[in-house]
Amino acid sequence: MDVKTADFRQRARAALAQPTLQRSLQGMRRAMPALRSAALAALPDHAALRDRARESRDHALAHLGHYLVAFESRVRAAGGEVHWARTGAEAGAIVAGLCERAGARRVIKSKSMVTEEIGLNATLAARGLQVTETDLGEYIIQLRGESPSHILAPALHVSLAEVGAAFERHHRRSRTAPLTEAGAMLVEAREELRAVFRAADVGITGANFLVAETGAAVLVTNEGNADLVASLPATHIVVTGIEKVVATLDDLGVLLRLLARSAIGEPLSSYTTLVHGPRRATEAAGPAAFHVVLVDDGRSALLGTPRQEILRCIRCSACLNHCPVYTAVGGHAYGSVYSGPMGAVLAPAIDGLATTAQLPAASTLCGRCEAVCPVAIPLPRLLRDWRGEALRAGFTTPAWRRSLRLWQWLAAHPVLYRFVLGLAAGGLRLVSVPARRGERRIRRLPLVARGWFAVRDLPAPEGGSFQARWRARQP
Amino acid sequence: MSESPPVVALLVTCLVDLFRPSVATAAVRLLERRGFRVEVPSQTCCGQPNRSGGDDDGARRLARRLIASFAPYARVVAPSASCVATVHDYPALFPPGSDDHAAAVALAARTVELTAFLGEQGPDPGRAAVAGPLIAAWHDGCTGLRRLGLDRQPRELLGRVAGLELRDLPGREECCGFGGAFCVEYPEISAQAADHKLDEALATGAQLLLGADLGCLLHLQGRAQRRGLPLDTAHIAEVLAAAIADDGHGREDG
Ligand code: SF4
Repeated sequence: MDVKTADFRQRARAALAQPTLQRSLQGMRRAMPALRSAALAALPDHAALRDRARESRDHALAHLGHYLVAFESRVRAAGGEVHWARTGAEAGAIVAGLCERAGARRVIKSKSMVTEEIGLNATLAARGLQVTETDLGEYIIQLRGESPSHILAPALHVSLAEVGAAFERHHRRSRTAPLTEAGAMLVEAREELRAVFRAADVGITGANFLVAETGAAVLVTNEGNADLVASLPATHIVVTGIEKVVATLDDLGVLLRLLARSAIGEPLSSYTTLVHGPRRATEAAGPAAFHVVLVDDGRSALLGTPRQEILRCIRCSACLNHCPVYTAVGGHAYGSVYSGPMGAVLAPAIDGLATTAQLPAASTLCGRCEAVCPVAIPLPRLLRDWRGEALRAGFTTPAWRRSLRLWQWLAAHPVLYRFVLGLAAGGLRLVSVPARRGERRIRRLPLVARGWFAVRDLPAPEGGSFQARWRARQP
Repeated sequence: MSESPPVVALLVTCLVDLFRPSVATAAVRLLERRGFRVEVPSQTCCGQPNRSGGDDDGARRLARRLIASFAPYARVVAPSASCVATVHDYPALFPPGSDDHAAAVALAARTVELTAFLGEQGPDPGRAAVAGPLIAAWHDGCTGLRRLGLDRQPRELLGRVAGLELRDLPGREECCGFGGAFCVEYPEISAQAADHKLDEALATGAQLLLGADLGCLLHLQGRAQRRGLPLDTAHIAEVLAAAIADDGHGREDG
């Protein structure tokens, strides 16, 4: 990954000033939670299902090695190959090697966050391969040379007009009128992609789940493009994270019932496909070669630590859709392919804390993410956990470290604490100015709390601390 | 009089201590009216800023101090959901089996947020009224709503105040953008969340925005002041205490 998060603050500010992005975000901010809660309210015993979902993920993670090996042997038995990649670079090299082996020139892909994570498109392009994304959103951002701004809706930040402009620029056709209508854009993308589908040598998909019991790679999409990617080219390569494995088809059923409801408020996505190995002799269609590349990229280091819980994530995006920070700034501000609360927990694990320490800090810890997460990941606790790590490793500003230490020291000296509190109450009162209805406010203070005063006044203290009042009142 | 009234200790909380002592005064009045004697042991900070900031060592030190300050009391009441949640989370700071852990568990079990505590006492026997009609919107603080399950309690308490009409905010589950240090570190994001909340409160026709956490309220009021909005904010304790009619129920103040 080349995007780095070190200047989250700057990017967030820029995002807040982008009208197109803000329109999209403000549109989904209320709509997505409403869809989700309606869908889950209609589900009998949602809480019990959520418990089962969580348990099934925990079980698979507790026995991850066992289930991955079981999955591998099923895939082998079905005639496929499984490849293990410790790092993103290793995974990229493996996929490039497989493309070479297949003598491929043209590669098609369906939406996959893991391939975004490992920068696969760039790796393949560097080897002279022509890679085309076939998920509409991914296709749009590929034309625009961007990374996804939402894990499910990668082109959330792009306006319809911008899509039209991108198509006009990249699709070589003669036009009589500008492309402005969504339906027309869809038809055009479909026509362009049809030719690409037919000509492709290798299809690359991610996988939403891997089923150890049967060796299935599970593809969940709303456009059905993954099915074409998995079945038309002679070679199908699944690239996914090692944590995606579940033990049984039963477990898969539980998770599928929650995934689309949490994500888009639908009982199921339009297409849910289980693929098992290459085409069998009795089958009319399907790839001749089938590969699964299992990517670690920092995940196994989380096993056995409190952070293991983030590996339960099924990438439903509910935590993004309900986050006051994500819905204010969108995904690009995070500088990681994963955004929102899950991204702020995952990015430090994948990219290291040195470049990502701002992400766990940029949260109000409001807890709505944890409340809506279908697998009950304690995201606020994990964010706080990274904050602690950042503090100890020196990735926070010295000023922040000093203020935490100073506050703790002051609070450990009650007499001094009360004196300072009284002083502050009086001093702030002194520099306050009248506000409406007899209230007073402070408009600005020199040097301190610039962030506070950047956007708000400070309601003035009443003057004198409560404890001082109370002691004065006691006989 | 006959037997001495039960005692509760007030955990004042730093923001109330510094900015709005009247919230604590109001809490004392409400508790005394329900027949409790209130004590205010010497106290400082519960360590929430350190805990949220990932400084568990600092948080642990302050937790030990607070546990000691409140050890003698059977009930500890605080007019802040987030400080109560911090105390409820104390056990996680200490190894299970240690004395500190046992003391943390005990204090967590005895510590309760003000509106939850008042709710436990059953309906107030006396009359409560404000010079109305006053339209108020209720801000569900995130910690109160999701960690402490405060939902019905504040609404019931306010529902009994004659002259006050309480309105819910459509986005009541949404964060107001305070988040402690967050609001200083990321002011623009914080302000956007505040504006959603404030605009929505005004759209309900409310003149007053009420909440149970002074952090949220100072942030929201400060933003409303900066924008020049015709909206006041108050802590629920202030409104409830002001609404208590002088009808002879409960103990006298002071
Ligand atoms: S953390 Fe939970 S809510 Fe967020 S994407 Fe993952 S599963 Fe969904």
